[in-house]
Amino acid sequence: MSLREGPLNELRPSRGWLAAAAVAAAALIAAAIFFSARKGPSAAPSPWRSRFDSVIGPVEEVVSAPAHWVRLGAGAVGDYILAGSQNAALRARLVQARADEDQLAALRDENARLRALLGLRTDPPLPLVSARTVIDARGPFAHTRLADVGSALGVEEGNPVLSDHGLVGRIAGVAPQMSRILLLTDPVSRVPVIVAGADARAILAGDGSDAPRLDYAHGAAPLRAGERVYTSGDGGVIPRGLPVGATVKALDGWRVALDSDAAPIDFVRILLFHDFSQVAGGEPPAPSSAPSLRTAPPTQAPTAAVQGPASAAAPSPSPANGRAPARPRLPAPQLHGAPR
Amino acid sequence: MSATEVISRLDPTRWLLRPSLFCLAASLAFAAPLEVVGLRLPEPAFAFVPAFAWAVIRPSASAPFLLLGLGLFQDLLTGGPLGLWPLGLLTAHALTLSARRALAGQSALTLFAAYAAIVLIALGVAALALWIARGAAPGLADLFWQVVSTLALFVFAGRLIGAFEDADVRFR
Repeated sequence: MSLREGPLNELRPSRGWLAAAAVAAAALIAAAIFFSARKGPSAAPSPWRSRFDSVIGPVEEVVSAPAHWVRLGAGAVGDYILAGSQNAALRARLVQARADEDQLAALRDENARLRALLGLRTDPPLPLVSARTVIDARGPFAHTRLADVGSALGVEEGNPVLSDHGLVGRIAGVAPQMSRILLLTDPVSRVPVIVAGADARAILAGDGSDAPRLDYAHGAAPLRAGERVYTSGDGGVIPRGLPVGATVKALDGWRVALDSDAAPIDFVRILLFHDFSQVAGGEPPAPSSAPSLRTAPPTQAPTAAVQGPASAAAPSPSPANGRAPARPRLPAPQLHGAPR
Repeated sequence: MSATEVISRLDPTRWLLRPSLFCLAASLAFAAPLEVVGLRLPEPAFAFVPAFAWAVIRPSASAPFLLLGLGLFQDLLTGGPLGLWPLGLLTAHALTLSARRALAGQSALTLFAAYAAIVLIALGVAALALWIARGAAPGLADLFWQVVSTLALFVFAGRLIGAFEDADVRFR
């Protein structure tokens, strides 16, 4: 005799009640997981995340391969169509570059002599690792990417990540072969920056939009549109002087148009920056013959290879105590060469 | 419909497991970093399809835990706060379950209206949870595009409901 036909039939809960109880139990588990997680980066490192990224990274690498081919194909078609106009523009730039070359050599020589006179110490180069991104999370709740290098190549949580054009974000979770990049546009991303023209410090706050907000901006002069924004190095997580973007005036205040938006972020470079002892000379990285970010443009860089060193910090002197000066005057450091 | 056919159609592998695997595969495919001429792939929340359809088809004690798993997978895939997507999906499932009697046998247009309202409420709950727990609001533009692309998935929810809702008239 089944339970439904027996004397306990009335006590048997209906399927609807069972389903409701299951929903309540699952919701309780979800809420416990959500509210027990530590505050901070959305991709807070945990063993679960590391294991998941280790497993899903290679899978997604295969899944996203057609996407890379499509992008390369579209780029090739675009280059072919625009070859004539690009050639003319490049010729014009070459003429200008030749004119600037002599002036650059003279200024470099003068700069070196002045540095020698003042006894300034230049920041040592930082090693870096090139990587390809295999996952692009761009929903309303998280803006992250998964890069195909990890702790096996020295990547650590907090390492800044750059594209060809500027800062992309920082490492928020690491597995042996994979690392999670928290983008500047993520709703929980906060990066201290400096606006060069206005000599102002601010916090670059991601809010899911393409242009993060400039919060708590205060400086010697009022902000103006188009002023260059660099990392300030405050807090010691990211070195000073990495290019971030330019200020733009929005309806709700000042925002930053990111340099990294200039091109798709397929390939990135991860600066192996631990703390300011590196740029203060306490822990010089091993020298390498590989080209640097600012000195020589590499023509081709393999994925997931240690590329360094990169002179990433601002050219202003680094105090021995690791603190940034009160009002550093930052020239505009340029990233040259795209390791693709 | 024969009893054998009913049992076959109610096989959990068919109405629970297959849609779950579809969601996982689709989420992986749409997480690819494809960007052509500045345009990127939309990022719909595929798991809203089963969250809505399962509740309309029949009440199940397994479905909420599958949604919990799908949500955690989505959190891990996107690198978002762990537990956020399960909260949104379970909200949608609970709302649909509570309105199940009213939704049963309704036209596709009515079901779509209910689906749209439930997706909006569930994403609103997730956004509120993110704001309360992390003090961060989600990106409105991203939220808008995710809502639009998720609403487009109603086609699949409708097909799932159509395939199974008459499988067992005890739950009508």
